[in-house]
Amino acid sequence: MKGLLIISGLGILAMLAEIFKFKKLLLPIVLLGIVSAFVLNYFEWKTGMSFQYFDNMISFDKPAIAFSGIILATAFFWFILANDYFEEESNLVDHFALVLFALVGALMLTSFKNMTTLFLGIEIMSIPLYVLAASKKNDMRSNEAGFKYLIMGSFASAFLLFGIALIYGASGSFDIMVIRQYISAHVNDMPMFFYVGVVMMLVAMCFKVSAAPFHFWAPDVYEGSPTLITALMSTVVKTAAFAAFLRLFLIGFAEVSEVWTGILAAVVALSLIIANFSAAMQTSVKRMLAYSSISHAGFMLMVIMANVRSNMSLDAIIYYSLAYSIGSITSFGILYNVTRKGNETIDAFNGLSKRNPFLAICMTISMLSLAGIPITAGFFAKYYVFTTVIGTHYQWLLILAVITSAVGAYYYLKVIIAMYFKEQEEQDSVVMEGSNKFVIILTTAVTLIIGLAPGMIAEMFKF
Amino acid sequence: MLTALLIGFPLFAALLVFFSKGTMARNLALTSSVIEFVISLIALYVFKNTPDSGLLVFDCVWVQSLGIHFSVGIDALSILMILLTTFLVPLIILSSYKNSYANSHNFYGLILVMQMALVGVFSANDGFLFYVFWELALIPIYFICLMWGGENRGAITFKFFVYTLFGSLFMLVGLIYLYNHTYIDGLKSWAIQDLYNAGRSLNAGQQGILFWLIFIAFAIKMPIFPFHTWQPDTYVNAPTQGTMLLSGIMLKMGTFGVIKWLLPIVPLGLEKWGGTAIGLSVIGIVYASCIAIVQKDFKRLIAYSSIAHVGLISAGILSANQQGIQGALMQMLAHGVNVVGLFFIADILLQHTGTREIEKLGGIRGMNGNFAVLFLIVVLGSVALPLTNGFVGEFLLINGVYQFSAILAAFAGLTIILGAVYMLRSYQNIMLGERRDSNITFGPLASTEKAVLIIVCIVIVAFGVYPKPLNDIAEEATRTILTVMK
Repeated sequence: MKGLLIISGLGILAMLAEIFKFKKLLLPIVLLGIVSAFVLNYFEWKTGMSFQYFDNMISFDKPAIAFSGIILATAFFWFILANDYFEEESNLVDHFALVLFALVGALMLTSFKNMTTLFLGIEIMSIPLYVLAASKKNDMRSNEAGFKYLIMGSFASAFLLFGIALIYGASGSFDIMVIRQYISAHVNDMPMFFYVGVVMMLVAMCFKVSAAPFHFWAPDVYEGSPTLITALMSTVVKTAAFAAFLRLFLIGFAEVSEVWTGILAAVVALSLIIANFSAAMQTSVKRMLAYSSISHAGFMLMVIMANVRSNMSLDAIIYYSLAYSIGSITSFGILYNVTRKGNETIDAFNGLSKRNPFLAICMTISMLSLAGIPITAGFFAKYYVFTTVIGTHYQWLLILAVITSAVGAYYYLKVIIAMYFKEQEEQDSVVMEGSNKFVIILTTAVTLIIGLAPGMIAEMFKF
Repeated sequence: MLTALLIGFPLFAALLVFFSKGTMARNLALTSSVIEFVISLIALYVFKNTPDSGLLVFDCVWVQSLGIHFSVGIDALSILMILLTTFLVPLIILSSYKNSYANSHNFYGLILVMQMALVGVFSANDGFLFYVFWELALIPIYFICLMWGGENRGAITFKFFVYTLFGSLFMLVGLIYLYNHTYIDGLKSWAIQDLYNAGRSLNAGQQGILFWLIFIAFAIKMPIFPFHTWQPDTYVNAPTQGTMLLSGIMLKMGTFGVIKWLLPIVPLGLEKWGGTAIGLSVIGIVYASCIAIVQKDFKRLIAYSSIAHVGLISAGILSANQQGIQGALMQMLAHGVNVVGLFFIADILLQHTGTREIEKLGGIRGMNGNFAVLFLIVVLGSVALPLTNGFVGEFLLINGVYQFSAILAAFAGLTIILGAVYMLRSYQNIMLGERRDSNITFGPLASTEKAVLIIVCIVIVAFGVYPKPLNDIAEEATRTILTVMK
């Protein structure tokens, strides 16, 4: 909770920076703020208690704090990476403030206990992102991305609100614990419109995590937005949306799971198939990563589904979010540095192993991690998903996941092949800032470390 | 302890090699691989004399909460495979001395990483560790083929990678399934013995599914029909040393896996599906042999002949009797040495004459008699003439398959006849007769080329004449496996 307050404070501070002229100091202040938020978050974790605020509308329990930690850590790396991106922009403070407010929304989503805070969190997180997606204002594609995101996002919000209204109508409360009690008290005589409400919320949440068939906005928005904003969307936003998904359906609607797990199974299957096969056909690396993020969404949803039945611990999904976020930060960071000239096709990576062997090695590791090859974090992430699902009724999904994973390896390898095998046309090397290098080294190291010693993370997140 | 050293040393050497340059890198790689061979001989000595001394096992906890141990050890089965690996790697490195590879330090470093992973696969006593080493072996060979392979290598290595990854993931699912059935005091375990017990506690239907989940990974790696389509292209396009690693050692991961990680786990599944799998192997033998006969490229011919040989090995293993498995083990060793020799000869032909096309070559015996003799010995070893190393294994194998089914054995036996047809005919076309193309000349062999071929030939003859030492170990390994299976 203290983290949430600090980040909100930072957001306001960022808006004041223009007036009181401390623009130069802003980045260090923000980084310091995030670190202190992370540290306070960690102390809350150490107490092992859960903290309630605002009449139990926000509750920082263990899963919430764990997800907040992942979000804060990712945001820290992201701000360092974005350092020089901000310098190029004239209206830098607005960017800072927008990103920080999106972060506030994300942290709220990890900890909501009430439908109103859920809705607030989603809006606080999404509205800055609509603006950020369109922030390259002279670029048609960026404008299109922002517009598309706004329209589709509002659409999803409407679904969400309608769903909330229907559920409120049935249960008489916004509190998810009360809703849970209502469900167990009225197992046999719940009105039909309650189920409709659950399904509408499911649709809205699937939209937010960009799972198929509600994913159509994702590739366009990811591609059109400035690369670093895309990185933000596919890490922080995704993790937060998942945390919300998890809380809503595993706490609130666990008792009516037979209604939504079937639909979710179909969503997972579609996500895995559509995303992987579409990704394999892309020439733009950014678009490919967008599709790959849809397929990872499918993987994470699989854990949520399995959790209902087998009641496994949450460590699988937390580990997955961490591994995926870290891998994405590395790959988007490298993509950002490699494609500064505007060429975002896979050809931009041609011969990178000769131009910049360091970047090539880091990219290789992050691609292998996303593909799920051993001793990288991504492998254990997959492993956890497999172990969670294998005891359930959804073994057919597991086979599908295996097959689509092999397809996934195909497009990740395409990047590796381009880096080591294709000849580059131009001879220039990739110049990058020291800070970017630092982040990429750090995230690559984390990918390897939690891949070699997954026990460390697993022990930590045993609830 | 020795086992951990056998795994750790190549990795350490690889790091040194990655940071050295030019000829220094390859000398370092050769030296370290020779040292590794010596260590494995020490391990053999310890194994023979004091097998229970604890020197050969190493066990420490890796991931506590999941019951994963870094547990490695050497038994009769693994010592054979490790010896094969540590013996072939120096040869493979030596065989590259005449080729000059760009960024050779990376090349040799990757070979050593590969060696580490292979020794790991052969000594792992923990299901999870086995899988990790299994996947780890894939990465260096992928980069070796990708960066130093022939034309069109991108697409081909790609196919290879995706194929094997596909199989591996199925195996992972199978192993996790098995792992979920190992409850000991409320904890699950990855230890091989617990996995054996878990596998045998399943009913025939479950074992049948498990059989295919795990077998597909091994079948792709070997490869047997119909999972072989990646193999000829990859073998032909990989750099010679890559092909040697793939066919000499990596292929044995598949057959080794069936012996150690499949047969004892799913005895009922084997009863149900073993016949089908042997059928596939035998189809592979006949099919690959027939294709080999019409090949024009000598390297491709060897690639197909390798499918045929592996088909026989796999049929022998799956028939699951003393002769079958023991013969398979002997043949795995023999095939490893012979195929490395054959691929090296294909490379020498290319280096000296500029072509591998059988039709264009001819009369090389007249130009270099020594080479002709060495080549002939390797060919004879490969067609399993008595008193060469190929004979012992092939004899036992046919015998083993015969006990399973006489008809299948008759078809499997075709490999001997067809093998003689394509090997001797290609030898005749390449070495004997008149020179077909007057531009082709064949000078004397370089000293490293001679050294590799002579070592290979000595091994072929020595183990053909006196196979007893290896055969004893193979017999012990087979007996252990068959006892576990009961």
